[in-house]
Amino acid sequence: MTFSTSEMQNHGINVGGSERLASLLGGGLLTIYGLTRGSFGGMAMAALGGGLLYRGATGHCATYGKLGLNTAQGEGDLRNIRMRESVTVLRPRDELFVFWRDLENLPLFMSHLESVRQMDDKRSVWTAHSPGGLAPMIWEAEIVDEAPGERIAWRSLPGSDIENEGEVRFVEAPDGEGTEVHVTIEYHPSRGITGAAAKWINPLLSQMVREDVRRFKSLMETGEVPTVEGQPRGH
Amino acid sequence: MKAVCWNGIHEVAVETVPDPQILNPRDAVVKVSLTAICGSDLHLYDGYIPAMRKGDILGHEFMGEVVAVGASVENLKEGDRVVVPFPIACGNCFYCRKGEFSLCDNSNPKAWISEKMYGHPCAGIFGYSHMMGGYAGGQAEYVRVPYADVGPIKIPEHLNDEQSLFLSDILPTGWQAADECGIKVGDVVAVWGCGPVGQFAMLAARHLGAGRVIGIDYIPERLEMARSHCGAETLNHAQIDIQEALKEMTGGRGPDACIDAVGMEAHGGGPLGWYDKAKHLGRLQTDRPTVLREAIQACRKGGTVSIPGVYGGVVDKVNFGAAFNKGLTLKMGQTHVHRYMSELLGRIERGEFDPSFLITHRLTLEEAPQGYRIFREKEDGCVKVVMRPQTVH
Ligand SMILES: NC(=O)c1ccc[n+]([C@@H]2O[C@H](COP(=O)([O-])OP(=O)(O)OC[C@H]3O[C@@H](n4cnc5c(N)ncnc54)[C@H](O)[C@@H]3O)[C@@H](O)[C@H]2O)c1
Ligand SMILES: [Zn+2]
Ligand SMILES: [Zn+2]
Repeated sequence: MTFSTSEMQNHGINVGGSERLASLLGGGLLTIYGLTRGSFGGMAMAALGGGLLYRGATGHCATYGKLGLNTAQGEGDLRNIRMRESVTVLRPRDELFVFWRDLENLPLFMSHLESVRQMDDKRSVWTAHSPGGLAPMIWEAEIVDEAPGERIAWRSLPGSDIENEGEVRFVEAPDGEGTEVHVTIEYHPSRGITGAAAKWINPLLSQMVREDVRRFKSLMETGEVPTVEGQPRGH
Repeated sequence: MKAVCWNGIHEVAVETVPDPQILNPRDAVVKVSLTAICGSDLHLYDGYIPAMRKGDILGHEFMGEVVAVGASVENLKEGDRVVVPFPIACGNCFYCRKGEFSLCDNSNPKAWISEKMYGHPCAGIFGYSHMMGGYAGGQAEYVRVPYADVGPIKIPEHLNDEQSLFLSDILPTGWQAADECGIKVGDVVAVWGCGPVGQFAMLAARHLGAGRVIGIDYIPERLEMARSHCGAETLNHAQIDIQEALKEMTGGRGPDACIDAVGMEAHGGGPLGWYDKAKHLGRLQTDRPTVLREAIQACRKGGTVSIPGVYGGVVDKVNFGAAFNKGLTLKMGQTHVHRYMSELLGRIERGEFDPSFLITHRLTLEEAPQGYRIFREKEDGCVKVVMRPQTVH
């Protein structure tokens, strides 16, 4: 374990890097994949023939290619997980920058976050959802660079449960309509992630960032995030 | 409330479920006064649309009274009588702004499913699988309507429910199918399928200037309806060779536009028909493209094949070379219902036509399982089933 002793005592941490990352993925991801309600997921689709297409499509999908994985430590042993996502949002650059720069807004579209509290202009405290009774994951981060209307970069402070950093760039779309939003998120699991865990964690993390970016776009364009959580259904 | 739930292939049941709530600021809740079963629902009923789950509430053609609105909805109030378009569209995104409402970028909370299957996410659709968002549908006493400030259209008092309901889907769908053919006065338009969508496509083709409209099906009462209500000549594909007949009727040239109003579950004869059936049953192919093949083959050079019939995935043995070498234009997709609603409401109000001629069966919501069965089997002269949820009260 490379978590600092005090951190370990504070949060009773007794799980390794990949489990922590898995818990970071948390409820948000489960919701995305609809697994919380049981039967859906791959099964219904496979049963209905869509599974065939689905597999075909994912086989060719660029998820792995896009990750920029650092597998230098050997097969499936990850110490740097980098994800990039881009989306065009039909809102002015400045408006998007201002919304994102108020980091307390991030949980509105980043599903794994419970809250972000801004301590001062640069420093903030981030709390992730903690499914399955695990201790809450809390870390401090600071803004390391910013250019109004263009770019925000942040990084977790040393000693964080999960070392991570992120950058978002806002670029005026070529047709002048809206803004291209380019997001890069990196995780540095302390012991690296090995074997099977690496194989499933990466596409999931990548999908999670993708969904976050999608929610950001919806929120900015429509004022809300689409949902079906809480609607009626039969048995 | 009572709602029609999908419980598996050929299994629908009326169940008691919780009432829907406002979940987002732009939502409304509508108390359904009339709802219909669509040919698209049959693809769910028959199990050919992926990502359905037991208990999903069906229905995307419905109208009723607004009973609650979210904080951001200013154009509607309780008591308004509205028809709701079947595609769920935000009105703000790149596609909505271009009027391509059924391609909305923001309305699908489960966008990743269709994004993986098709390269891009599809818009949400009421009661039409988790691939299309997993929204509870309108074959129910109440339904939640997202982006209520964009979709629903108010219906004037002097029009009754049966005259207005089909603005939700099949009237705009038939209309768009014909509109996309770029019909010039005097054109010949052939329409495969004389179901509800085909009937309205024929009606629209007539109104948009077609000189001749030819309806193709094998069900006598549907062919009769095409002749008597839509100004069509008809061909029975069980009795004659369609390719030959169309050539003969057009002096050898072929129709200027061909409309596939049948989609993925076409009946097909001959060796290719059996080939499709076998692959379809084995789920190696999701769709049976008999009509698509025929339309491409029959269409005159430089003509348009317009495809309102729904397809879900991979099709086989479609002569793409014919489409290419004849320079055909192919048009298709879920209908941009929002784009057509007010124009079509105007035409109904002016008495240009009364879409209610389609209705052959008026049931209560409780009779939904029977409704699905007779509509699927085309029993009892069934062309269109409407259901009234509120009769029980
Ligand atoms: N694009 C859209 O937005 C949209 C909207 C509504 C419906 N649809 C689709 O339109 C299609 C038709 O819907 P509907 O409600 O009219 O359904 P329907 O099942 O009542 O009608 C289909 C008709 O096609 C006929 N048919 C079957 N095989 C044929 C063949 N080989 N040649 C000629 N006719 C044949 C059937 O006998 C039937 O009368 C469906 O695929 C439905 O999903 C699309
Ligand atoms: Zn429909
Ligand atoms: Zn939209």
